[in-house]
Amino acid sequence: MDAEIYKSIAQVGKYIGVGMCALSMLGAALGVARIWVAIIETIGRNPSVKSDVSIYGWVGFAVTEAIALYAMVLALLTLFN
Amino acid sequence: MEDPIEQFEVKPIWELKVGGVDLSFTNSSLFMVVAVVTALVFLYFATRKRSVIPGTSQSFAETLYNFVDGILMENVGPEGKKYFPFVFSVFLFVALGNIIGCIPYTFTYTSHASVVGGIAVFSLLMNIVLGIKKKGMGWLRTFLPHGTPVIAAPIIVPIEIISFLSKPFSLTVRLVANMMVGHIMLKVIAGFVVSLKAFGFVPLAFICILVLFEAGIAFLQAYIFTVLTCIYLNEAIHEH
Repeated sequence: MDAEIYKSIAQVGKYIGVGMCALSMLGAALGVARIWVAIIETIGRNPSVKSDVSIYGWVGFAVTEAIALYAMVLALLTLFN
Repeated sequence: MEDPIEQFEVKPIWELKVGGVDLSFTNSSLFMVVAVVTALVFLYFATRKRSVIPGTSQSFAETLYNFVDGILMENVGPEGKKYFPFVFSVFLFVALGNIIGCIPYTFTYTSHASVVGGIAVFSLLMNIVLGIKKKGMGWLRTFLPHGTPVIAAPIIVPIEIISFLSKPFSLTVRLVANMMVGHIMLKVIAGFVVSLKAFGFVPLAFICILVLFEAGIAFLQAYIFTVLTCIYLNEAIHEH
């Protein structure tokens, strides 16, 4: 009976940890938003640089998004291991 | 399929055990062979007629060549031509692996850390060997950037070493997590199509849009992998 209670407490702890991982993705969302705002402003001020700057926009987006995915990897590791 | 994780299981097709080591031909190997054969067959037949004014497939092959050549020129410089076969192979392998995974009932071999980590660790080792070959023991100076005072060395050098060793790790996790998340999301929403019996067409429309998004992310992630590989190669060959 005691082992059951300890296991369910551990399970609750796991779920709270996964919830915190989900909260931490807020930072990545803000970062991606900043990149797109910068791209839009740059292209707005100087439309001729669009082909030069778009590549940096996509690369920056993927690299920033990856941080949110690191949090997801941590969450999956705690949930299923 | 019971749960979304089951699609990432590696199942052997032809069992082959050689003295305790499992060398079976699995579904992962099958799709790797499919990707390589697709690339080889397409490039061979596209460039057979070397006409000055290219037809459609030759033009596509030339576009691919110019694309990867542009990445190398921009990030490594004119000496990057030597590494073109390696970078082109990595780009095609990762891109075809990602895109083949968008077809239903296939296996995405780039969603496994062993496959992608193998490529990333190989390029890390290649960078180390090339750096030592070009700069001798002065390659170790990459761990203490130009102009920092020597007093800060005991703090800076371990941090630089950790950041250097985390590069293949971050490359791998970025690609694997992107591929895994896309496919898990597709399967979860597909479950909704079944459970909302009458209104199942709403998640179905969403899945159609998601598959297109997946294909875009597949190509973008392959491009990012290639660009970052070239950037790390540039750091290894050239002075900071």
